[in-house]
Amino acid sequence: MDTHAHDRRRFLALGAALAAAPVLSACGAGFGGDDDKSDGSAADDVTGSFDWKREKDTTVKALLNKHPYTDALIADLKAFTEKTGIKVEYDVFPEDNYFDKLTVDLSSGRASYDVFMLGAYMVWQYGPPGWLEDLGPWMRNSAATGAEWDQADFFPNLLQADQWSLKAGAPLGQGGQYALPWGWETNVVAYNTEVFKKLGLQPAKTFDELREIAGVIKDKAPGAGFDGMYGIAVRGSRSWATIHPGFMTMYARNGLHDFTVSGEKLTPAMNTPEAIAFTEDWAGMVKQGGPPSWTSYTWYQCSSDLGAKKAGMLFDADTAAYFQAVEGASPASGKIAFHPGPKGPGGSLATNMWIWSLGMNAKSKKKSASWLFLQWATGKEHLRKSAITHNHIDPVRKSVADDAAYKDKMRHLPGFIETFETVVDQTKIQFTPQAQFFDATTSWAAALQEIYGGKSAKSVLNGLAGDLADKVG
Amino acid sequence: MRLALRPYLLIVPALLLTCGILYPFGLGLYYTLFDFSASKPQPDMVRFENYETVFTQDAFWNSAWVTVLYAVGAAAVETMLGVAVALLLHRSSLVGRVLEKILILPLMIAPVIAAIIWKLMLQPSVGVVNHLLKPFGLGGVQWTDTPTGALLSSIAVDVWVYTPFVAILALAGLRSLPTSPFEAAAVDGARWWYTFRRLTLPMLWPYVLVAVIFRFMDSLKVFDIIYALTEGGPGDSTVVLQIRAYLEAIRFQRYSFGISYTIVLWAVVYLAAMILVRHLGKIQRKAAEAK
Repeated sequence: MDTHAHDRRRFLALGAALAAAPVLSACGAGFGGDDDKSDGSAADDVTGSFDWKREKDTTVKALLNKHPYTDALIADLKAFTEKTGIKVEYDVFPEDNYFDKLTVDLSSGRASYDVFMLGAYMVWQYGPPGWLEDLGPWMRNSAATGAEWDQADFFPNLLQADQWSLKAGAPLGQGGQYALPWGWETNVVAYNTEVFKKLGLQPAKTFDELREIAGVIKDKAPGAGFDGMYGIAVRGSRSWATIHPGFMTMYARNGLHDFTVSGEKLTPAMNTPEAIAFTEDWAGMVKQGGPPSWTSYTWYQCSSDLGAKKAGMLFDADTAAYFQAVEGASPASGKIAFHPGPKGPGGSLATNMWIWSLGMNAKSKKKSASWLFLQWATGKEHLRKSAITHNHIDPVRKSVADDAAYKDKMRHLPGFIETFETVVDQTKIQFTPQAQFFDATTSWAAALQEIYGGKSAKSVLNGLAGDLADKVG
Repeated sequence: MRLALRPYLLIVPALLLTCGILYPFGLGLYYTLFDFSASKPQPDMVRFENYETVFTQDAFWNSAWVTVLYAVGAAAVETMLGVAVALLLHRSSLVGRVLEKILILPLMIAPVIAAIIWKLMLQPSVGVVNHLLKPFGLGGVQWTDTPTGALLSSIAVDVWVYTPFVAILALAGLRSLPTSPFEAAAVDGARWWYTFRRLTLPMLWPYVLVAVIFRFMDSLKVFDIIYALTEGGPGDSTVVLQIRAYLEAIRFQRYSFGISYTIVLWAVVYLAAMILVRHLGKIQRKAAEAK
């Protein structure tokens, strides 16, 4: 027997198989513990009077997601450097890769980036391991924070959304401030006014009406000169992002919850009889009036279809419709109107939201300079300029939302301002805060796809609830 | 002295490379014995609990089944098509020479890009595939909306990308075969099928098997094509082991548990590679005897 050949083959097989474990190296930096966490905040080291030039000649590194808000920020960075003497270096990644990049970077325990963009949901994931700096002490320190920053000017539900006690199930608005709201989105219905006029339709007041209108558009619009148009664009990919916009908004308006909280115990509630009935109706609406190949639909396809006159309605972020509605942006420009969407049975307009926030790396060595950057980026001056001269909407500050120049800019979009003002007070995060949010919502999206595919909603949602009870409860 | 050191210096790059592979592998293996996650940065030793959880989860067995279906399906179709294409190209002609150059184009495209391109082409309302099928009454196919459709579409993209790889290997094999047995068969008036079955195939087997080994092992650890095309959906229908590992380790930040998935996948690939490589040795010996 040729033992050398045998060993060689075994070695070849071993080598080939080793390549099968690429995830291993991603976590090869050692246990990323929180062992140097202390109770004191670096904010306490900042004393004296407030000075924008305090950290001049420092360089802050930012990790940013490719987004119109980011474009507005980058366009104005020179003003920040002139004001503070701080230079900002940044990397911009597309959204598909952005959070993986951020997660891996934060989990490595390095301070590659001092500041970064994140959503409020990410606070639930990045907060408990101690990766996010609590910005509360910085906000409260008058030596670190200028008076003009004006915390009271933020919509209170937005500031609260980034504030959490890090305890699963505990309501938002308590504990540390782990990020600052920077730009946000309410989830409402945008519709094509042309097709509504042609088919004699009115925006839906109830969920039943919404489903019916979606079906009517899909059946009748192609014959009325809207080639290939379907009723309603909603997200459907196997991702957490499918659940949070239209679906969660309508779910909450029906008075439904993802979990019920009793003390520290969370019990999945997506399998209550009411939740099952709603989910069946939602999947039915998609089948009846939704897009073909719905299971691959992300916000991008939904938004594009509204702009390309392929979708009669869009139930998603108002910004997803806004970017199609602005003049010259798409074939549907000038023909898109906004509406709060259907009310729940009790008249509720509870709306879920997404907040692009800015956070600080707890491991940053340049916290004082980073805080000056966050303060400037979420300050009145920059946000007003970004909203008026760029596309940084919806404003997180009341002063910008009420600004005459901003209102003038948005007035040409039918229903935009009225819709925003109608839902703003009822818009909040409708999910229960807990660290397994992404697992729970990804599984929820997969369940929704199975129900859409014809499986029994009751059995699929019972299975989901059982699975989540073990992980979250 | 210098001469005595030379052999050791020569193996340094290989040694470094081996350490570069083995260190994270060993570290990963070590991590699987803990309950390390973002929410538990100071983990406890749990021994083999992660593996127990993996093997008792329905999700694992579903992913394992989907992975095997995908790997067997993709490797089988690519091998058959690749060999068929190689046989056609082996007949020297101008068309063959031109096609040979064109054939490798899919290999030059990153699989993830290919999957994104195919995702657009398979889109039911605006995709070119349904547009072309419309005259045949098949314009409404929802390629990735059903579990079977999603799996078959993923395999089809894999086949599109990697069949040229098999074809090129098989073509190289065909061109290296000795000509005398074929000339003798022609003189004896042997038919094409007889020659193919009795001469070409036995001598070509080692090359085909190398292609099968590469494609089967590569398909077992597929991630990019499926993730870009379906993200593992609809439902869990295309969540292969690599996607499950990625979701657990990166998206859900259960590091130890996610790595356990990759270790299990490694074991599967290792076993498959062992069996196939052993088989390759036997076939190589038989082919040498046939020559």
